[in-house]
Amino acid sequence: MNKTIINFIVTIILAYILSMFMPWWSVMTAALATSLFIPLQKVAVFFVPFLAILLFWSIYCFVLSSGNDYTLANRIAVLFPLSGNPYLLIVVTGVIGGLAAGITAMFGKQLSLALKKN
Amino acid sequence: MKYLKLLITFVLTIGIFFVLNTKLGSIPPIGKFLNPYSGVWQNETDESIFGDIKLPNLREKVTVHYDEQLIPHVFAKSEVDLYKAQGYLTAKHRLWQMEFQTYAAAGRLSEIIGEDALNYDRQERRRGMGFGAEKAVEAMKDDPETMSYIQAYADGVNSYINQLDPKNYPVEYKLLDYKPEPWTIDKTALLLMYMTKMLAGGDSDMQYTNALRLFGKERFDLLFPDFFDITDPIIPKDTDWSYIDVPQTPNPNSQIVLDSIAEVIDRPNPDNGSNNWAISGSKSYSGNAILANDPHLGLNLPSIWFVMQLSTPLQNVFGATIPGALGVISGFNTHISWGETNATRDVIDWYKIEFNNDGTKYKYDGKWQDVTYRIEDIKIKGKKNYKDTIRFTHHGPVVYDKNFKSENEKVGYAMRWVGHIGGNNQKTFLDLNKSKNYEDYVTAISHYTAPAQNFVFASTDGDIALWIQGKLPNKWEGQGKFIMDGSNPDNDWQGFIPQQFNAHVKNPERGFVSSANQHPVDESYPYYVFNDGYETYRNRVINNFFNSKAQFSIEDFKDLHNNNYNLKAAELVPHMLEQMDVSDLTDEEENLYNEIKDWQFNNDIHEVGPSIFRQWYANLYDMLWDEFDIENTVLDKPFNYQTVFLLKNKGDDAFMDIQNTPETETAKDLFLLSFKKAVKRLVDIEKENGNYNWLTYKATYAGHLLQALPAFSRFNIPIGGDKSIVNATSENHGPSWRMIVEMTSPPTALGIYPGGQSGNPGSKYYDNFIDDWATGKYHKLNFLQSSSPTEAIISTQTLNP
Repeated sequence: MNKTIINFIVTIILAYILSMFMPWWSVMTAALATSLFIPLQKVAVFFVPFLAILLFWSIYCFVLSSGNDYTLANRIAVLFPLSGNPYLLIVVTGVIGGLAAGITAMFGKQLSLALKKN
Repeated sequence: MKYLKLLITFVLTIGIFFVLNTKLGSIPPIGKFLNPYSGVWQNETDESIFGDIKLPNLREKVTVHYDEQLIPHVFAKSEVDLYKAQGYLTAKHRLWQMEFQTYAAAGRLSEIIGEDALNYDRQERRRGMGFGAEKAVEAMKDDPETMSYIQAYADGVNSYINQLDPKNYPVEYKLLDYKPEPWTIDKTALLLMYMTKMLAGGDSDMQYTNALRLFGKERFDLLFPDFFDITDPIIPKDTDWSYIDVPQTPNPNSQIVLDSIAEVIDRPNPDNGSNNWAISGSKSYSGNAILANDPHLGLNLPSIWFVMQLSTPLQNVFGATIPGALGVISGFNTHISWGETNATRDVIDWYKIEFNNDGTKYKYDGKWQDVTYRIEDIKIKGKKNYKDTIRFTHHGPVVYDKNFKSENEKVGYAMRWVGHIGGNNQKTFLDLNKSKNYEDYVTAISHYTAPAQNFVFASTDGDIALWIQGKLPNKWEGQGKFIMDGSNPDNDWQGFIPQQFNAHVKNPERGFVSSANQHPVDESYPYYVFNDGYETYRNRVINNFFNSKAQFSIEDFKDLHNNNYNLKAAELVPHMLEQMDVSDLTDEEENLYNEIKDWQFNNDIHEVGPSIFRQWYANLYDMLWDEFDIENTVLDKPFNYQTVFLLKNKGDDAFMDIQNTPETETAKDLFLLSFKKAVKRLVDIEKENGNYNWLTYKATYAGHLLQALPAFSRFNIPIGGDKSIVNATSENHGPSWRMIVEMTSPPTALGIYPGGQSGNPGSKYYDNFIDDWATGKYHKLNFLQSSSPTEAIISTQTLNP
């Protein structure tokens, strides 16, 4: 398996485990860890954890919401406002988690470079 | 370079953390709010209603059956366990609402919302909400039994809060980014104060004083008579009052204070009111007494009511509870049923206070008295606390002074309010829940203080009754209609009407009792009662209905609840149509003229008549009372009944004139002018919305408690009715609970309310009653006779010690 796939999978697994006892920013912690220990190159630094968490959060939201007829998602999608579209809300949620993870991974990458060259 | 990159990515990381973790303006902390494992997605579920739950300090296990409406049927072995379970279950389904309402009552919204709520909070504290709640707790302390139940309820709420994982906090906590605090006895007292404010927190003393000063006594009495030319009071007119042997307080003929007041504190919605009635066996299709109640309040989500059955070996009661208060408020048990309508009376008076030079003393009976101080420390989210010092006289808090809505250093206005007296109002409901007959009911309500209510009653014994109960000052003729001089002891409340002389009626000859917030009594009642905004239409429709035939069925009761007959329109529209000069109407105007001419005065959703009438009358009312539009002067315009009376009987009165036109208008001119204006507006509405039928025009909605947040509210609810109609549903106000109870043994009951049992917008039980409510349907209330489940039960949850 190449590093991209490993990073992708480990980020999800780590984010899942950390989420059990940490607040929402456990995804940032997970991305930081994988960026340090399973380093990637170039755009992958950002996009792999971004997509990993986007997928993780979106699927998690989808499972919770579809089991309840999207009752609350329909309402929250009015609150934000996303024209009442629950699927859009699921994607937006995923993107938010992904952004937090991706940006943290970029920092992790720079940190590992800085640490290495010293 | 690499350190620069490190720095940039570090700043970005910290930046995104901050943005997603912080509440920015009204936007919740997005990361916290939206993540799937502790954010709102966790609220995307119905409440769990199965299995065993541990509830610490229960004496014995409590069984909770849920039916398909999510109504909990609670079976406990003792009252302490029962109220603990009530607290627990109410918190489970309505935690955010019950807590939020106590924050609103206490003037603590700034803690949650921030500085925007500061003026509201100051107002509530100056009104003495916390002060009144403290007095209520003092009164309740005299009764250790009540106290032990309120403590049990608080323990139940706290058990729920303590078990609650933050990821399961109700959505609103996540939205506003705060968390629940422990429930206390004080909070139950605050909730009861909230109800007192809602139902007995209004007065017009300042407005009337301004009107008296501007128009003089003769004109004032024409506009605001103590009694209208017709009355159909709650207690029938022919009642014999000769048993009352404590006289009305003699009139000291005090000097009137004609001050000018620019601004006052918020008053409750004047439409807060209700209907209730009961018929005796002789008028009932089955020979059993039948009772109905429908309290008219703001249509909110979560609903103000939470329906429960509460059972112990000593009682079995069912009905509407209010989250935060114990027991059933409007409901029935094995033996009796009861319900309330608001019995408004002038229980707030204002006293002008003269201060000494440094504002530490006030003049009373020719001497200087010390003021006392209460310092209100208001916490504000994200800001420093605000400290407000409120001065108290023996009358009550000096609400208005140089620090609040007034500029005069040496003058203030103090409030005397029955809400500040304290009283064990909780006990009344606890005792009603256990009452077995008329005598128990009378004893239960006898210590009830405020807000005064018309308690309707029916029993399986066949008795029906209605008591107007509250602690009501025995006033001298005219006392408290206007601001009074606070230094004159004659102006103090001299005492209260002895409880046994509160107006009441039992098993009247006419075979029914009813109340709809109208005049409690006619002029023959020996105590001073003047028009405190009494309703004059619903009562007549209800009483005419019960006088119209010999016997009534449950179907008749439903029809009356849903009756859309607009008596106000029926009394005014034919007169306007007849009087109005129609010679120069445009085609458009003629169309609408014909539409309202064809209208049979029913406010049904597909009619256009109600919309034309509402728009026409509103314009007419504003044109007629233009004399009241004066800047920096608070005024109340006359009531609808008197407005219609004057339009029909004094069409040439000087008030009819529109002041800023050269012509001198009469009522006849106003009919035409206001009609033309109404047509214009209705045509616009048609352009905007496609039509102006009553459904579109009224657009009834049930708004979430947070300023009707659209995401959590329901709009365009298809229901007819209006203010002053028995189906009193206006835009955002109406029958908040409809109940019909037939006094079979055990009673058979129907009930519904515009909401749902769950407070969670993510639950299908959040608003699932609304559609049925709107179409006039009811749900059968499954009154279980033992703790074994019936076929109506969908799940059982056991609370274990």
